[in-house]
Amino acid sequence: MFRAREYVKVETLNEAYELNQKRSSVVVGGMMWLKMQNNYKVTVIDLSELKLDTVEEDEQEFRIGCMCSLRMLEQHEGLNRYFNSVFRECTRHIVGTQFRNGATVGGSVFGRYGFSDILTALMMFDTYVELYQGGILPLGEFAERKYDRDILVRVIVKKDGRQGAYITQRQSQTDFPVIACGVACKGDTWYVAVGARPHKAKCVTVLRTAAGEQPDYAGLAAQAVGQLDFHSNMRASGEYRKHLADVYIRRLMIQLDTEYGVKGDA
Amino acid sequence: MEIQFTLNGKLVWADIQADTLLLDMLRAKGCYSVKRGCETSNCGLCTVWLNQVPVLSCSVLAARAEQHVVTTLEGLQAEAEAFGAFLAGQGAEQCGFCNPGLIMNVLAMERELKKPSEEEIKEYLAGNLCRCTGYMGQLRAIRAYLNRKAL
Repeated sequence: MFRAREYVKVETLNEAYELNQKRSSVVVGGMMWLKMQNNYKVTVIDLSELKLDTVEEDEQEFRIGCMCSLRMLEQHEGLNRYFNSVFRECTRHIVGTQFRNGATVGGSVFGRYGFSDILTALMMFDTYVELYQGGILPLGEFAERKYDRDILVRVIVKKDGRQGAYITQRQSQTDFPVIACGVACKGDTWYVAVGARPHKAKCVTVLRTAAGEQPDYAGLAAQAVGQLDFHSNMRASGEYRKHLADVYIRRLMIQLDTEYGVKGDA
Repeated sequence: MEIQFTLNGKLVWADIQADTLLLDMLRAKGCYSVKRGCETSNCGLCTVWLNQVPVLSCSVLAARAEQHVVTTLEGLQAEAEAFGAFLAGQGAEQCGFCNPGLIMNVLAMERELKKPSEEEIKEYLAGNLCRCTGYMGQLRAIRAYLNRKAL
């Protein structure tokens, strides 16, 4: 059971950061997972009044506030138009509409959960996180970092021309994924993100087949899978996950090449 | 701490703890349609609207409702009764425990989606579990309810 003594709706990010320096404090997003922990905190820090629940778009990037709900990602017209509905695809299986209305992007990304669809989908793109103290850093680097007491303010997804596709396998419709795969392409490179291995998502790159040559998709998928490690848990064995990833990566590469043309720089 | 919010159209006050869940506060206010189910954010029994958006009240701290608008089934009596008649008409209820949460989410869907397909209905309502009916009766009732104006 989650217990807390004090609740603070902060008025500034600095106030949130100062309060969060104590280990007895916690920043809450949607509280979906936090509430299931057996945990006592002195101070709950709520960022909901800081107007960080918007997605801003300009010519270079999307800036997604940490308090945006997963439902906003699912429905955001600009994001889904630019990224070929990847954000709709990566969110629509997450529990139910009410859950996605509550769960936040900040909570999903800061938590760096192994099962996270959001982390996997974001990772195949040119994505950065904006931390209050730590500044802006690539999502991949952030995911490898140890947990600290900084505040995640925004997630920034660059419009660098990558086209992506996303797929998961689940044992039932709204369960955690057994494997989550995202593949994006741009120029000479495939960006392959795999989550629920069951560890947190990781993105690897594979060189695309030279123009005019027939792509060896099985070989390309094997190259990607070879750079990742897969492990077992109650949902699936590592061996099974590796096999699924191999198949899904190959399918996504074929899908992207079919939709955007072989080595088409979208 | 004391909070002030709008509950079913009325301005109300509540004296809560920092860790009080919206679910518990609403039941303390007499909104017994809000059910405690799985408590793992999965079953949808505790669905209420926060600022017109369906959320799981078992996963929202009551303090977050301050200065906001909360709607429960008690605030949607006429619509709930209308949809409830369609559920009954299709034999889509047995124990009825999941009905309040389902009704809240169906009414939210009706406001949000224009002419949803069956696939969209299933996707929207995936977070409302029912262990009695097998969902087919519910789906028939929802389709009939959404099509009622066309009849």
